[in-house]
Amino acid sequence: MIDFLDAIRFDMIWNYKELFIRGLWITLSLTAVGYVGGIILGLFLGIGKLSKIKWIYYPAKYYVDFFRGTPLLVQILLIHLAVIPSIFGHSLGYFVSGATALMLNCAAYNAEIIRAGIQSIEKGQMEAARSLGMPQGEAMRFIILPQAFRRMIPPLGNELIALLKDSSLVTVIAANDLLYAGKVVAGAYARFWEPYITVAILYLLLTWVFTKVIAYVERRYSNSYIPSQRRRIFTFGRASAGG
Amino acid sequence: MIKIQGLHKSFGKLEVLRGIDCEISEKEVVCVIGPSGSGKSTFLRCINLLEEVTKGSVYIDGVKINSKDTDINEIRKEVGMVFQQFNLFPHMNVLDNITIAPKRIRKMHEVEANDLAYQLLEKVGLRDKASAYPEQLSGGQMQRVAIARALAMKPKVMLFDEPTSALDPEMVKEVLDVMKQLAKEGMTMVVVTHEMGFAREMGDRVLFMDEGVIMEEGTPSEVFGQPKSVRTQDFLSKVL
Repeated sequence: MIDFLDAIRFDMIWNYKELFIRGLWITLSLTAVGYVGGIILGLFLGIGKLSKIKWIYYPAKYYVDFFRGTPLLVQILLIHLAVIPSIFGHSLGYFVSGATALMLNCAAYNAEIIRAGIQSIEKGQMEAARSLGMPQGEAMRFIILPQAFRRMIPPLGNELIALLKDSSLVTVIAANDLLYAGKVVAGAYARFWEPYITVAILYLLLTWVFTKVIAYVERRYSNSYIPSQRRRIFTFGRASAGG
Repeated sequence: MIKIQGLHKSFGKLEVLRGIDCEISEKEVVCVIGPSGSGKSTFLRCINLLEEVTKGSVYIDGVKINSKDTDINEIRKEVGMVFQQFNLFPHMNVLDNITIAPKRIRKMHEVEANDLAYQLLEKVGLRDKASAYPEQLSGGQMQRVAIARALAMKPKVMLFDEPTSALDPEMVKEVLDVMKQLAKEGMTMVVVTHEMGFAREMGDRVLFMDEGVIMEEGTPSEVFGQPKSVRTQDFLSKVL
């Protein structure tokens, strides 16, 4: 054991620090693009899955079934090696393929979260809005979604963390993400502990930060609709010290 | 003003309304009473098409509302509704609850909409609650805001679906008082209610519904004083 610890050489990670920093940046960018795109597309799919119109409902349903029912790894390879080259005649690079695959996949999961969130709002809210003469779309936008969004925050937060970790799969199309940096170092030195532990720790750090941010957003929005009571969260320390 | 002909409504195999004919004229206050499950609320909800009509016709101002050519949103602007569960929008304060529809649907200017909202809040006695959120209000206050919200669209007719049934007893009066004031001002009202006192005092006409049909109708003194049908007599003997 002592020998083993002595033999650990983190200097080789340090030598490749730029690769890891670049990897972190790529991983974060892929996650950000995939997540934001996934929420926007997921919103349409989620609402589509609530539609009574068949030619809206079924495409949304089959889309979600396909992307939730097949491995993300397969989707990444399909998009990078088959779909994009077929449409554009050549590859558009790992970033476009990777971000597209993550976005399409994330959208399917978000669609279910958004659908469930919308369905969880009492029927009376939609009825009240419609009884005032609001068209369906306006009622959705101004009455239902602002309420549903709060209930979607926890599951959407989980989705963000899952996506961050799943983004490591883009390594298979030679994207310079965080895991890829580890692979390069492992290949260069033929050593596996240091690079992969480093990668794991960096992912852990990222998910830890994300968890904190999500918890903050959750506290901010799921407490109360009353702004003054929402603010109380921030002044809690001071208020309790004063009282 | 409202004309209903041969109205049928089924939920699957369950026939809730089995042929209703009814006319309601301007400025009339019509109270609908009857045992639960008799179809009162469904009848009311067919008037603004919150329930799809299975068979028959509903006319408002001569326009058949359950027709494919009718823009239901245009009709609903003129038909206010107050619900048993209030259904205020919890993420908006009282002022926004009242002004959102006039602003979005009637394209009313912000200042004008706010003026109107304050006028209506004055009327329901809640001017000081404009910036409160629904969760900060009592049931009676919420229902009065809900009435103000419906009135902000300046509807020609108001539908009340058991407006006091979800309230604690001590809050019933404040809501009924607002409704009485509204009736006195000449609003056309259709009120589904268990408040026999209100029906008797304010109703121009009372409809007694049972098993999806209007069993009996007449002035309050006719229906409450000399009920003709056995069903009505039976029902009134239980509730009065």
